[in-house]
Amino acid sequence: MAHGPAVKLGKDNASGYKTTLGIWMFSLYTLIYAIFVGINSVNPSLLEITIMGQTLAVIYGFGLIIVAFLMAIVYNFFCNSAEARLNK
Amino acid sequence: MVYTQSPLAIALFLSFVVGVLALSFYLARRTTSSEGYYAAGGNIHWFVNGIAFAGDYLSAASFLGICGMIATAGYDGFLYSIGYLAGWMVALFLVAEPMKRLGKFTFTDALDSKFNSKGIQLSAAISTLVVSVFYLIPQMVGAGVLVQPLLGMPHYVGVMIVGVVVTLIVATAGMASTTYVQFFKGGMLLVMSTVLVIGVFGRGLSDNPGQGGRHEYHDFKTIEATSAPDGSLLLSDSTYQVPADWKNTVYGQQGFVKLTTTDGIPTVWKVEEAPTGYSLKETLYTQVLADGTKLYNGAAKEENRFFAVGSIKELRVNGEEVAESGAIGPFAYLKAMKDSTIMLWGKAYVKDEGALTEIYYQKPTAGSRILRPGLKFKVDNATGTEKFNFISLMLALFCGTAALPHILIRYYTVPSQAAARKSTIVAIASIGFFYILTLFMGLGAMTNGVINLTDNNMSAPLLALSFGVVLFAIISSLAFATVLGTVSGLIVASSGAVAHDLMDNFLGIKMTDKGKVMAGKLSAVVVGCIAIYLGIVFEGMNVSFLVGWAFAVAASANLPAILMLLFWKKTTAQGITASVLVGLISALGLILLSPDMWVRYGLLPANAPVAFNSPALVSIPLSFIALVVVSLMTQKSAIIDAEAIEA
Repeated sequence: MAHGPAVKLGKDNASGYKTTLGIWMFSLYTLIYAIFVGINSVNPSLLEITIMGQTLAVIYGFGLIIVAFLMAIVYNFFCNSAEARLNK
Repeated sequence: MVYTQSPLAIALFLSFVVGVLALSFYLARRTTSSEGYYAAGGNIHWFVNGIAFAGDYLSAASFLGICGMIATAGYDGFLYSIGYLAGWMVALFLVAEPMKRLGKFTFTDALDSKFNSKGIQLSAAISTLVVSVFYLIPQMVGAGVLVQPLLGMPHYVGVMIVGVVVTLIVATAGMASTTYVQFFKGGMLLVMSTVLVIGVFGRGLSDNPGQGGRHEYHDFKTIEATSAPDGSLLLSDSTYQVPADWKNTVYGQQGFVKLTTTDGIPTVWKVEEAPTGYSLKETLYTQVLADGTKLYNGAAKEENRFFAVGSIKELRVNGEEVAESGAIGPFAYLKAMKDSTIMLWGKAYVKDEGALTEIYYQKPTAGSRILRPGLKFKVDNATGTEKFNFISLMLALFCGTAALPHILIRYYTVPSQAAARKSTIVAIASIGFFYILTLFMGLGAMTNGVINLTDNNMSAPLLALSFGVVLFAIISSLAFATVLGTVSGLIVASSGAVAHDLMDNFLGIKMTDKGKVMAGKLSAVVVGCIAIYLGIVFEGMNVSFLVGWAFAVAASANLPAILMLLFWKKTTAQGITASVLVGLISALGLILLSPDMWVRYGLLPANAPVAFNSPALVSIPLSFIALVVVSLMTQKSAIIDAEAIEA
């Protein structure tokens, strides 16, 4: 069978921790995204209200992009820590 | 619109193409093994791979399609940006590291890593091919769109140039050249888009879209009219003639009137009620005659009577009506847009004695309405089907990224799981930043008189043109390189599906390592030819819209199988095969029966057997159900298979 990685990978004792963390963070982001889609579908005029000079749609849209980046940084920090701790 | 070619733009474009080809031929000398061809040897640095991810992902759909949709429909285009970016969270949190751990060259490798199943090899390879071809169509359409203003050549020439160049790139050095082309292109795209957006802020907003004196914006006329006792129209402008029974014509029945100028050119006007009678607003229209001739505002395209549009009707800054804002920051820009009234354009169709007329009419719209969803996707007072369509599209965008074969194979080019994760984070940062820029590029096009209503895909390059031919040349060449890069990645993924999954694994054809590379290159040539054909057939469709379909197919066919393989221990080979096939067939079937495809067949969309356009909300659950049901039914055979593999 011609499967398996193209390069040899070492054993990763942190993979279980990273999987669990990934599922939790994925669930959190999915919830934020689902609320956005839900507001669009159920009460789209709510997204026209102004907060700090901008429509809620702009704030929520930018927020989804910025939160994605911040969560990615946090996830990477905890994964790096776990790899350093468990793969000594 | 008729474009004038610039020698500088042509020279820059040719330099890009020659540079990309030179890089490919150089790297080809280092690509002798199948690891080198399909996975760039697995030793690409995570940062390079992250930017290459951005290069792969920021395709014609993102740069051309999203900007074009924002320019004509405001925030609804930005919804694509949000959905595309959100999809990367699925890739980062659930898929990145396991894909690196399980696979070798292709997405099928990962799915089949535990099973060695012919069913998975065949179904996943077919799925890879179908998704890649679906994704290829909009890229090729985008290429055709670009060469018209850039090189003055027709659509099909652009498609053929991309097809030939990309096939050469892939057939020479595979994933290595594709990666470095993507890295270069992704980086340049980010830098130059930032420059363009800074230019938009520097110019600010103005109620005269004259682009700082560079451009003369067409003055769309208004004619006052009164109704005579016999029902005919009496016009305030005597240079136009109006038919006596205008209300009973096909135009009159839809709220328009056809006036003829003294030199015999027909024009179409939107009729609006006014205190003194009627107010007639000038429109733009295209007309396809029964013999296939296409007219633009009643004349041949070369006469340039179909004007670029995009203007602010009433500009308000800090609560006051002003003529221009001057240089402005990003948040002040959005606030001024929100408080102003923008001239958008509605669209209506009239069928007149065998000729189909597409009318674009002025539609003043509050900025606050533009900066929230609802202008393209009907979400206000929407029917169940309309809501279903919207939710289904947002689901497809969210789930599609982590299921795109040409994205997944990029995880095999880095040396470790940590590198796979880090490259995904670089991708999220760069792609997220670019998507924020798309909003400003789109709004910039919306207000700077650069939109070609017959093809909004060109909005971002034409916005660049409003700043001068140098920026236009660079942006257009980059946009073309964008297409080249993405198509390269797709063709690598497709050739891997044919040569590695089908020929090597499924059919068991014995090949040397060199033979495997040769098979991949030949497959790349065949897929390239198919892509050229489809790019020509689908001319004129919004590229981002087409990518939405590719996402729906990928999300339905691939994602349930990937996720269940990783997170459900009872998943069997038969379950995965069923999931891929059910997802693929249901998504494809629903698309082919959708209202939008009915239009492509020349039929009325209302008669389509399926009422919605986006299939993900049906096909993704179906794919999950198929996997669970078939896996539960095949638990016994899975145990026997496992014992056989261990033996």
